[in-house]
Amino acid sequence: MTTAGSAPRTPHGWPLWEVFVRSRRGLSHQHVGSLHAPDGEMALRNARDVYTRRGEGVSLWVVPSAAIVASSPDEQDPFFDPALDKVYRHPTFYEVPEGVEHL
Amino acid sequence: MSTPTTSRPQRPTAPADPLVAYLVGLGDDALILAQRLGEWITRAPQIEEDIALGNIALDLLGQARVLLSHAGEVEGAGRDEDALAYLRDEREFRNVCLVEIPNGDFAVTMARQLVFSAYQYELWTALRNSTEPLLADLAAKAVKEVTYHRDHATQWVLRLGDGTDEGHRRMQAGLDRVWPYVAELFAADDVAAQLPGVAVDPPSLLAPWTAYVEDVVARATLTVPTPTWHSRGGRRGLHTEHLGHLLPEMQHLHRAHPGARW
Amino acid sequence: MQVDVDTPPPVEEQQLRFDRMIADEVRIEPRDWMPEGYRRTLIRQIAQHAHSEIIGMQPEGNWITRAPSLRRKAILMAKVQDEAGHGLYLYSAAETLGVDREELLDLLHQGKQKYSSIFNYPTLTWADMGAIGWLVDGAAIMNQVPLCRCSYGPYGRAMVRICKEESFHQRQGFEILHTLSHGTPAQKAMAQDAVDRFWWPSLMMFGPPDSASTHSAQSTAWGIKRFGNDELRQRFVDMTVPQADVLGLRIPDPDLRWDEATGHYAFGAIDWDELDRIIRGDGPCNAQRMERRRTAHEEGAWVRDSADAYARKHAAAATTTSDAA
Repeated sequence: MTTAGSAPRTPHGWPLWEVFVRSRRGLSHQHVGSLHAPDGEMALRNARDVYTRRGEGVSLWVVPSAAIVASSPDEQDPFFDPALDKVYRHPTFYEVPEGVEHL
Repeated sequence: MSTPTTSRPQRPTAPADPLVAYLVGLGDDALILAQRLGEWITRAPQIEEDIALGNIALDLLGQARVLLSHAGEVEGAGRDEDALAYLRDEREFRNVCLVEIPNGDFAVTMARQLVFSAYQYELWTALRNSTEPLLADLAAKAVKEVTYHRDHATQWVLRLGDGTDEGHRRMQAGLDRVWPYVAELFAADDVAAQLPGVAVDPPSLLAPWTAYVEDVVARATLTVPTPTWHSRGGRRGLHTEHLGHLLPEMQHLHRAHPGARW
Repeated sequence: MQVDVDTPPPVEEQQLRFDRMIADEVRIEPRDWMPEGYRRTLIRQIAQHAHSEIIGMQPEGNWITRAPSLRRKAILMAKVQDEAGHGLYLYSAAETLGVDREELLDLLHQGKQKYSSIFNYPTLTWADMGAIGWLVDGAAIMNQVPLCRCSYGPYGRAMVRICKEESFHQRQGFEILHTLSHGTPAQKAMAQDAVDRFWWPSLMMFGPPDSASTHSAQSTAWGIKRFGNDELRQRFVDMTVPQADVLGLRIPDPDLRWDEATGHYAFGAIDWDELDRIIRGDGPCNAQRMERRRTAHEEGAWVRDSADAYARKHAAAATTTSDAA
């Protein structure tokens, strides 16, 4: 997505948009890449032509790249490590007596 | 077909069967415009647009292949899509003149796209009810394609017309360039007239087309041109001089190797 | 945008973490700290790759209006269109490294960034569409498949997408040549002529011998490059020679022979002077390819400007066109 200190736009550069495709109903949208377009309507149409030429999608999102707020890799440890030792959040943590089903 | 008069040049091998003539006319429209749009690839104003124009050209080429193949089958003389596309001469092509004029700049191409895709939108919408099953089936698919083509052209006409001064000037010039070729799309056609239920009467498409296109032109802050002359005769094989340059380029390789497979 | 960090870890610590990730084959992602050389190498390589896709549209685009059947016309158009798409996937990957596509295009247009030299050869006959698909795309795929595992996440993901789409490209090229070589004598001669002209340039696509390659060692250490130029070139020859037999076409190399001892095909010396010359700009189509690209870009400027102006005017309405979910 956005990179720290990403370059300013050149005078003729259209803004950058991130593209998300729902490949079929029942699945969530997935990030597939980016493209340039002058506005949202054109970004959506360009996304259709660039990223779904082989029937890869049933729905599209385009989001201005500048609108994405991302976590920082430098904060990766304080952000994510505390979740790693909460093993009791996972069903495999619990012992189930033999013969008990549908639990 | 009406009886040819001897005072005018004969139509060379005009299809005797009106259904063949009708299919060939619609197929030639799609084929020749696909050929023109193919010329844009590697020349578009933005790489995304190379892809968009390629998609539209591919849709049109697909329509052309179905129509010409079926025309060949109905005709029953052993001609397939390639025989019809590559081995007919200029006077045997039945496309409207609009699709054969040179691309011009991006504004001219978008003006033509708006005119033609809005026309094809009305045409295929109506042909979904054709009693000819192949046309009805193709129409169901094609109407989705041309809905996108029409939207694509609309978006660009708005952005060029209502963008910069240069965009506005060029877009108006683009409309002015293609408008003389509009009336031909909606001219009464003796081939269609012989195919009630199968074909669409072109004049019936004019009102909805006008409503759509005039709205776009107005929103783009542009003016609907009032041309002083009108093309006519493409459906009878009377073309602009441009087709005689387009066809040799398209056909020469195929013709240089008679009977070869590719 | 990023959540501010008061004091970023010192560079030495960052470097250690980066080295460990490379050693553990963990993918590097855009906002990770990375050595400047890694970033520069990736930008140069991805940009050159993207430019190659975009310039590579031209030699094949040259035959779209003249394809000898409607089926071939459709296939060729779809293929050239894919190349535009692949260029865009790659520019998109490069942009995650903090450069703008427009900057990269400027560098291309100024001749400051390169593209693959293979596209500086002309496409003189229809059979060249076959030779490009079979040989040029075949060589490209050989180079690209290992890049799917590149240490830089966005580049690897772009390559996965590209390789998936490219599989039809090589096959259609083979089919074109197969049809020609089993067609009329004139068609077969056309096919042979195309293979004669594209064989050696295809071998050059793998780059100079490893002994003379300037960037290879560092790129390998960084997990950008997985195999040497010579190894990939050999694999390509081994794969291609038996296919030539099926086509009934001759590989234009009198020294080509099966070597029992190595279990590989031995092949003749490559004319590296020719590659050097073309890289320096002295190839048959360098000037023409660049001119076309620049002209398209310059003639499109008013279109891009007008769309920009429209977007500014309608900024309020433009952002809410699609229903989320």
